[in-house]
Amino acid sequence: MTVETGVVPHPDVRRRGFIAVCRVGDLVPERGAAALVSGEQVALFRCADDTVYAVQQLDPFSGAFVMARGIVGTRGEVPTVASPMYKQVFDLRTGECLDAVGKEPVPLAVWPVEVRDGVVHVAPPEGPSEVSSPGTET
Amino acid sequence: MTKPIVPSVSDMPAAQSPQHLVVIGGGMVARRLVDALRSRDAAGSWSVTLLCEEPRAPYDRVALTSYFTGRHPEDLALGGQELWDDPLVTLKRGVKAEAIDRDARTVTTSTGSVIDYDALVLATGSYAAVPPVPGKDLRGAFVYRTIDDVADLRGWVEKRRNELDRPVRGAVVGGGLLGLEAAGALRALDVDTTVVEFAPRLMPLQVDDGGGEALRRLIEDLGVRVRTGTATSRIVGDRGRVSRMEFTEGPALDVDVVIFAVGVRPRDELAVAAGLEVGERGGVIVDDACATNDPAVWAIGEVANIGGRCLGLVAPGYTMAEIVADRLLGGSGTFPGADLSTKLKLLGVDVANFGDAFAQEPGGLEVVISDPVAGVYKKLVMSDDARTLRGGILVGDASAYAALRPMVGRELGGDPAAYLLPEGAGAAPAGDLPDDAAVCSCNNVTAGAIRCAVTDGGCTDLTGVKGCTKAGTSCGSCLPLVKKLVTTELEKSGVEVSSALCEHFDLSRAQLFDVVRVQGLTTFSEIIAAHGRGRGCDICKPVIGSILASLGTGHILEGERASLQDTNDHVMANLQKDGSYSVVPRIPGGEITPEGLIVIGEVAREFGLYTKITGGQRIDLFGARMDQLPAIWKRLVDNGFESGHAYGKSLRTVKSCVGSTWCRYGVQDSVGLAIALELRYRGVRSPHKLKLGVSGCARECAEARGKDVGVIATDHGWNLYVGGNGGFTPRHAQLLAEDLNTETLVRTIDRFLMYYVRTADRLQRAAAWVEDHEGGLDAIRAVVIDDSLGVAADLDAAMAVHVDAYEDEWAAVLADPEKLRRFGSFVNAPDVADDSFAYVAERGQPRPATADERAGGVLIAGTTLEVRR
Ligand SMILES: Cc1cc2nc3c(=O)[nH]c(=O)nc-3n(C[C@H](O)[C@H](O)[C@H](O)COP(=O)(O)OP(=O)(O)OC[C@H]3O[C@@H](n4cnc5c(N)ncnc54)[C@H](O)[C@@H]3O)c2cc1C
Ligand code: SF4
Ligand code: FES
Repeated sequence: MTVETGVVPHPDVRRRGFIAVCRVGDLVPERGAAALVSGEQVALFRCADDTVYAVQQLDPFSGAFVMARGIVGTRGEVPTVASPMYKQVFDLRTGECLDAVGKEPVPLAVWPVEVRDGVVHVAPPEGPSEVSSPGTET
Repeated sequence: MTKPIVPSVSDMPAAQSPQHLVVIGGGMVARRLVDALRSRDAAGSWSVTLLCEEPRAPYDRVALTSYFTGRHPEDLALGGQELWDDPLVTLKRGVKAEAIDRDARTVTTSTGSVIDYDALVLATGSYAAVPPVPGKDLRGAFVYRTIDDVADLRGWVEKRRNELDRPVRGAVVGGGLLGLEAAGALRALDVDTTVVEFAPRLMPLQVDDGGGEALRRLIEDLGVRVRTGTATSRIVGDRGRVSRMEFTEGPALDVDVVIFAVGVRPRDELAVAAGLEVGERGGVIVDDACATNDPAVWAIGEVANIGGRCLGLVAPGYTMAEIVADRLLGGSGTFPGADLSTKLKLLGVDVANFGDAFAQEPGGLEVVISDPVAGVYKKLVMSDDARTLRGGILVGDASAYAALRPMVGRELGGDPAAYLLPEGAGAAPAGDLPDDAAVCSCNNVTAGAIRCAVTDGGCTDLTGVKGCTKAGTSCGSCLPLVKKLVTTELEKSGVEVSSALCEHFDLSRAQLFDVVRVQGLTTFSEIIAAHGRGRGCDICKPVIGSILASLGTGHILEGERASLQDTNDHVMANLQKDGSYSVVPRIPGGEITPEGLIVIGEVAREFGLYTKITGGQRIDLFGARMDQLPAIWKRLVDNGFESGHAYGKSLRTVKSCVGSTWCRYGVQDSVGLAIALELRYRGVRSPHKLKLGVSGCARECAEARGKDVGVIATDHGWNLYVGGNGGFTPRHAQLLAEDLNTETLVRTIDRFLMYYVRTADRLQRAAAWVEDHEGGLDAIRAVVIDDSLGVAADLDAAMAVHVDAYEDEWAAVLADPEKLRRFGSFVNAPDVADDSFAYVAERGQPRPATADERAGGVLIAGTTLEVRR
């Protein structure tokens, strides 16, 4: 069991189950794809160097499940995705909102990722941090 | 005795009801006064009533002639509607002031109402003068002053053209600035035109004999005959219409239309009746504060006699308006004297004069460059030591005007002749212009004010500076200089004036297009490695995706190109607010068979899609999940449709009216042309969206002039308009070429579109591109029609490549399992439908549920919701 690429997992992470999702080869380089993990929608992104990131698929600004359809890029050294809806830009590593396009910044929840033997595994987001969503509590 | 006026704001509590200003005359100068007053009078100490004899709000009289090159009367509007919506401003259109009672301080209007004033401003402008020649009142004789004048003139010429089976013949009496404008208008109406001038040369007030001679040659080259030193003795009528002009000397002239452009007379009749002082040759006499002999009455603009004369230009009028606004608010502004520089902006001939053009000041030195063959005459008047510029005349090439005019009274530095050579204009000393040099004479804006707008006003571009200083917003002749000043100032203050696309590319879109094309690059990786840095972003990637698509490099989702596309281009449908997509089947020209309609209806019914007719004569089907798109496309493709580019920066639709095949009025087959154009340009990727329209006659039912490219049928072919759009800043398209046959029309559109695709900025709509293009529409016309840059063959070839390479992008996806796979809902569960959508029924169709409806659990259903009928 080796970690090929991807973010270095947090020490806690190994204890929380990583779930196999798809092969790296199923993802188009520099684009995202939606995945269903334990009933939740996750946006996976494969960067040019084959690093894979996972964030919530729900776009917190529009309330639509579309993040995987945004354009992948960089700001300086930071890998980013821009929401396809209202173009807010997020750090793929941390979920931080780098450009809120005039709104209050809202971060994305991040799923830790491991790639083992060419298979992408993700684990649920850490701690109490919930998926950011717009609007009032339901 | 009249009551004293209290013009001060300071001693007036804001709560007190405002004083009332009445302005008589709804011209350009009156508008400027109201605008200036309202923008400075924050306390609201004055309310204003504007009496406007013409049936419309003040408009741009200086641009009147553009009515003949396709501009609509409403395009001549000055500024926005906001001014008239201001609660402190009352605009009375079509209402004439008939009498002033200075004792009672009232004005009586043509509608019989009597209006009180605390202050009164006369801004009644001028009458167009008509010489007392016999026959001046025959039908077919016109003056040239108002929108109604030019509309009547045009109507008359068109009527005569229909009645006669030969070209319409016309004469303009007066060979000054106005007369030559009117001659240009007649030429634009295809009238065989003669200019008759009493003086021995054209534009006697602006140019000397040498300039007049060069001008005559240029004007004659345009097909306008010129008779100078000629006095009209009478106009002979035939059945009440003008038919022949006779002169004191020389042969008579047969005419169907005559325009008098012999000068103007101030409209001071109200002032005379009210006992205000007027000048010997007319005009209400005012002091340098624009006050008349009654301290409650002011006069501004052409009606004012200031310093012993009336000034027939708009710039000094604007200055007077500013002064009165200032005075009404307690200020003490005075009239600084007028700059009577002019630049003729018509007939494609440049004529400019500025400063002491006739070397009337003693001891002047003249530097003249004259090239009779090229039709160029340029003269600078210098001080006796040849250092200080006093004035000048430019005929045939006035490119140095903007730079030279502000230098009047200053040392030029270097050899004055250098400024007159063609390259000299470019070397114009914009950067080091002194702060008090007037750069924009129309609006009286100094170089200092422009610099200040950048440094203190926070303006970061030309548009901002135009908005904040008004520089360049009237005749536009100063724009090159304003732009240069703004750029220099921004650079100085450390703001990088960068056309860089984003942090990954230093090149602008147009530059990138060129290098990609010339070097034959075909992938993003190559391009960013050669000309950029990093891995790109959501700004540069779609731009390069679009450039590559324009260069015909294959399917937009092929290989690496897939990663460049914005969601709509990537999914090849239109993203909606809830994350679903809409599909708009292509219906070229908006023509559809009943069978076709049924197919679309069945697809919508089967997939439960909300259905709406679009503004572009298409049918939009909303609420498709991404994973449903291929199945929808397949249904369409199998029935002879393709999906359409109702999204992205690409050709959207070609809208058409029904045209000559059915319509009683149509003169050409607009639907046939629209279909041909849509099939030709579908798939073209562009800097911004592109919309086209085709109307079958001048009634314009297809609203083609609201499109980036609009075509309107004429008896002889097609008129081509470019640069129209709706949206946030609606614009009417401007005439690019007239009476083209279909082949020439298509070639001209090919070139226009390709030239736009290659050279516009990112997200620059065609209208903005035309506006920003150096030399504007005329320069673009030169490129696409006269091939002034020698690129026409290249543009033609590029469009031919596009047309040949076009494929149905949606059918291509259906045929490629690898691409098709990406439309699965989830990479690890392609067959599980995304259940995040919720719809409620409204008016018998689905719509996305609101947040409350979702929360409250009101009906929630997937897209295949059965809707009750
Ligand atoms: C074709 C053309 C081209 C021109 N080109 C240039 C140019 O390039 N540069 C330049 O500087 N100038 C140019 N001019 C001149 C310029 O248009 C005038 O100097 C300017 O419009 C004067 O403005 P004004 O407000 O004083 O008068 P006007 O624009 O004449 O407005 C006066 C208004 O008052 C109304 N009015 C008059 N009496 C009454 C009444 N009793 N009650 C109510 N309303 C009344 C009139 O109907 C009119 O609408 C041009 C003029 C024309 C016609
Ligand atoms: S524009 Fe002319 S041809 Fe077209 S529908 Fe209208 S009237 Fe008929
Ligand atoms: S000089 Fe006419 S707009 Fe500036």
